[in-house]
Amino acid sequence: MSIALDRPLALRRSFAASGVAVPTAALFLLLALIAAVHPSLFAGDPLAADPLHVLEAPSAAHWFGTDQLGRDVFDRVVHGARHSLLIGAGATSIAVTAGLLLGLLAGLAHKYADEALSRFFDALSAFPLLLLALLFVAVAGPGTAGLVIAIGIATMPTYARVVRTQTFVVRQAAYVTHAVAFGDSRLRLVLRHVLPNVLGPVPVLAVIGLGEAILAAAGLSFLGMGPQPPSPEWGAMLSEGRGYLSVAWWTTVLPGVVVTLTVISLTVAGRRLQRRFEGRLG
Amino acid sequence: MSELLISVRNLHVRFPHRRGAVHAVRGIDLDVHRGECLAIVGESGSGKSVTARTLAGLAGPGVQVRSDRFEIAGRPGPHDWPKLRGSFAGLVLQDALVSLDPLRTVGAEIGEVLRTHGIGNRRDRTARVHRLLETVHVPEPARRAGQYPHQLSGGLRQRALIASAIAAGPPLLIADEPTTALDVTVQAQILDLLAERRAAGETLLLISHDLAVVARLADRVLVMREGQIVEHGPTTELLTAPSHPYTRQLLDAVPSAAARRPRPARNPAGPVVVEARALHKRYGHHPVVTGIDLSVQRGEIVGVVGESGSGKTTVAQMLFGLTAPTSGSVSFEGTPWTGLSERRRRSQRRRMQFISQDPLSSFDPRWSVRRIVAEALPPHPGEPTVEDLLHRVGLTADVLDRLPRQLSGGQRQRVAIARALAPRPSLIICDEPVSALDVSVQAQVLDLLAGIRATDGTALLFISHDLAVVHHLADRVLVMRNGTVVESGLVDDVFLRPRHEYTQALVDAVPTVEVGYPPAMANRPATPIA
Amino acid sequence: MLRRLATGLVVLWAAATAAYLALLAAPGTTVDAIVGEGADTPLIRAQIISEWHLDRPAVVQYLDYLWRAGQGDLGRSYLLQRPVSEVIGSQLRPTLTLAAVAGLLGVVLALILAITTRRPWARRVSSTAELVLVSTPSFLIGIVLLSIFSFRLGWFPVSGGQGVAALVLPAVTLALPVAALLTQVLRDGLDRALDEPFVVTARARGLGERAVLVRHAVRHALLPVITLTGWLFGVLLGGAVIIETVFGRPGLGQVTLQAVTSEDLPVVLAVVVFSAFVYVAINTLADLACLVIDPRLRRS
Repeated sequence: MSIALDRPLALRRSFAASGVAVPTAALFLLLALIAAVHPSLFAGDPLAADPLHVLEAPSAAHWFGTDQLGRDVFDRVVHGARHSLLIGAGATSIAVTAGLLLGLLAGLAHKYADEALSRFFDALSAFPLLLLALLFVAVAGPGTAGLVIAIGIATMPTYARVVRTQTFVVRQAAYVTHAVAFGDSRLRLVLRHVLPNVLGPVPVLAVIGLGEAILAAAGLSFLGMGPQPPSPEWGAMLSEGRGYLSVAWWTTVLPGVVVTLTVISLTVAGRRLQRRFEGRLG
Repeated sequence: MSELLISVRNLHVRFPHRRGAVHAVRGIDLDVHRGECLAIVGESGSGKSVTARTLAGLAGPGVQVRSDRFEIAGRPGPHDWPKLRGSFAGLVLQDALVSLDPLRTVGAEIGEVLRTHGIGNRRDRTARVHRLLETVHVPEPARRAGQYPHQLSGGLRQRALIASAIAAGPPLLIADEPTTALDVTVQAQILDLLAERRAAGETLLLISHDLAVVARLADRVLVMREGQIVEHGPTTELLTAPSHPYTRQLLDAVPSAAARRPRPARNPAGPVVVEARALHKRYGHHPVVTGIDLSVQRGEIVGVVGESGSGKTTVAQMLFGLTAPTSGSVSFEGTPWTGLSERRRRSQRRRMQFISQDPLSSFDPRWSVRRIVAEALPPHPGEPTVEDLLHRVGLTADVLDRLPRQLSGGQRQRVAIARALAPRPSLIICDEPVSALDVSVQAQVLDLLAGIRATDGTALLFISHDLAVVHHLADRVLVMRNGTVVESGLVDDVFLRPRHEYTQALVDAVPTVEVGYPPAMANRPATPIA
Repeated sequence: MLRRLATGLVVLWAAATAAYLALLAAPGTTVDAIVGEGADTPLIRAQIISEWHLDRPAVVQYLDYLWRAGQGDLGRSYLLQRPVSEVIGSQLRPTLTLAAVAGLLGVVLALILAITTRRPWARRVSSTAELVLVSTPSFLIGIVLLSIFSFRLGWFPVSGGQGVAALVLPAVTLALPVAALLTQVLRDGLDRALDEPFVVTARARGLGERAVLVRHAVRHALLPVITLTGWLFGVLLGGAVIIETVFGRPGLGQVTLQAVTSEDLPVVLAVVVFSAFVYVAINTLADLACLVIDPRLRRS
């Protein structure tokens, strides 16, 4: 949730990604992806209530136990992957696309246009992500779509700033100035040198950013701003289970652990990509 | 012999690495006597700096240091390094801008040495710092002590760094490339200061790539290559009668007026390729270039020398058309060049090429050598191939698919030259093209440039801070200072019989290898592979 | 500095305007929101329109809003029928206390961790813990702490905003992820600084490793941390909303949540503008702090 929200993406870099961590993370992400695309491969009906088996502890029959309505927590977590990953992916796509376009525009534009855009990014970051999302929900009402757009807009400035800075760096790089010696036109310079070199780090940022977006979505759902019950969304599950914490810890802690593992895996994978990327240029 | 400060036998230094250790120093023997100046000379990667740091106990964490003997002032190891550092040996590194903490005042940095070694009390330390700054001839020590490194000039910074190295009164001063980042006149002053320290009784261990710097100060010289000492001996002996072929190769590579191939006869009526008239450039109220006239004829090499801030790079940028002059004009191949829109210049762009000091940054990091050169070739048939061009600059086809960062410094500069040659330009502007290269590679690149002029008749504008290099290569030279040309003419006239006092000062400041050893340039291969 | 202030004002204006536009875009009329669940007759509606000056053109209302916001008057709550500044002001203290304590705790913890975990194994343990902490939703951290220390051990109250004991768990929950991230940034900065040539020079003077770290490297490592102040503020304020929910504490978070659910837009708007104001103020302070630490940024 909030902690990861508006954190500058480039900062999450000093993680130890050991030999075991990367394959584990990759495997976990693959499973999460399958769960999101085809949840019934792993799990049964997430909405099937069983009044006879309410709040049962984890067992062979119910790996993650059951919740207050007797629903299988594991089934709900697996089905929740779809919601969380979709929200995360949707929000990240919006943020990356808008950030890329606006960042490029600011980086290539005239001084004044750049200044105006930069102040716009500043103004957006002046709202903590959570507040911006809340404002959005206040206007548009709770729901998945609102969540995606709110998180997308709120995380956009980070990408835009990175892209803008990168554009500046590339634009002033000696190899771009040098291309002038061959009579290249401005458009040609941008297409052949600036754009490819600016786009390089974006996929890395997006992978790490996806983790942030998932955390943000969980936080907002926890506050009741996301998909409404009985949808098996991770944050909402945590919120529902909270009331039964003293008698059934598994209804909150186990879904929470899955959220954490997902985000860690994304971070480890992003970090690995980043190292490879830096190695390629370094 | 006198007292031994350091005595080392069979020293090995290894840097552990994921894929096998890097064996930086491979079994060297070394004695430093009290009161002498010993120099270690070598090219990059020779292990000379690693040796120096190891002698100060600064090899770094995890580095394996092994030796049969490692005595300091007669005592065998293991040594209490923190105690010895600063009090036994002071260290002076290359660039004081980064070797002094940029967030602390110069006075605080010097005072820290005194505090660490418990010299003086809190109150008289300030006075001691001022005295130290006076010792190294920093004017207004009280004011300078309160300033930060970035507020001082390069020379003053280096003096302050030396003051901090001698603060605790160590008998030994280790100077690792102490003048490499400095302008030639400042370099001469710092060398004088080091000589003064030595006269005051300090022992000097000097690390340098520059034989000329060494020749001026050292009593004895060790020549290192690939972690080993290939030759050692008294300075004059080593410079006049080198016994190892590598030492001879290093000496041959030192550019000088004597060691140059015969220049093609100048044709004073040759067509003028580029001409600048009354060029001025101001940034705000700050004039950078004031009133420069120059012209370069076909097949001519014109040198521009000057220290940092003299405006020589700005001149190059105005000629190339990257910067518009405030006033004045440039014409290229007989047609106006300044004042044109970039769109109208484009058709002629390929006739004028540019080579910079740092070729790596001038290549798109994603492009292979093949693509870099191919993109520069004109599209029509009948042109030389990429392979032809690479062959011409002394590169083989195995570099074709490498990325720029996978090449050595010399190879990169060759690729940059191949790219510049591809469109058959009439003029190549070279901005410090050999400054970042080791001396032997530098000699090869200079030969290559001279060869291009001789065969293609390409005009070269050669900008450099290095008088020897310009004297070696150029026909005519312009000496710049504070944005104006103080003297110009044929290189021999300007450098051997300077008329302007600044030129005289520059020429005097250049350290030279004054040796009787006859240059063997006649049988030097034209373009050996770097 | 003047430029900095001017940019700050522009950011504030943009934030206020964006928030106002969002309000305009909201479905339903303002009158609907004010009427809420209460009695709804044409007469009441007319009264509301004249009382809230809703009959003026939108531009005039916007300018009026800006003018009054500039004077610190952020309007009245639809729901509570009290001035917004009063509503927010009464709940400001618990939130600010929580944020300040958590922020301080996070920074101190990060400093200690980054400096003490220099050895390879300590570093590995610490960075794994940091990775887990920054990847965990903070409400989960809160819930786990709550179930262990309040339900199981009974050391701290389960909910409420009274006293120091009730502050401990929320502050720790909010501080842990902050500390984890700042430790990473600090460690990265220390690594970078220790690679610099001036560190070699400092060691060559005979300085011990600890002195090199404390007297030289830490200052350099602090610079990137200071630029994160804006982010830190967002985390603390945004985090407070969730933490207050988890621990049942009164505060700005509760006010905001309530305002959002009941569409009390003047309150939401005021919170947003208030937070933008604090953001600008804090960032300006951070810039000043950078000037104090780094002499290279000062104009000579």
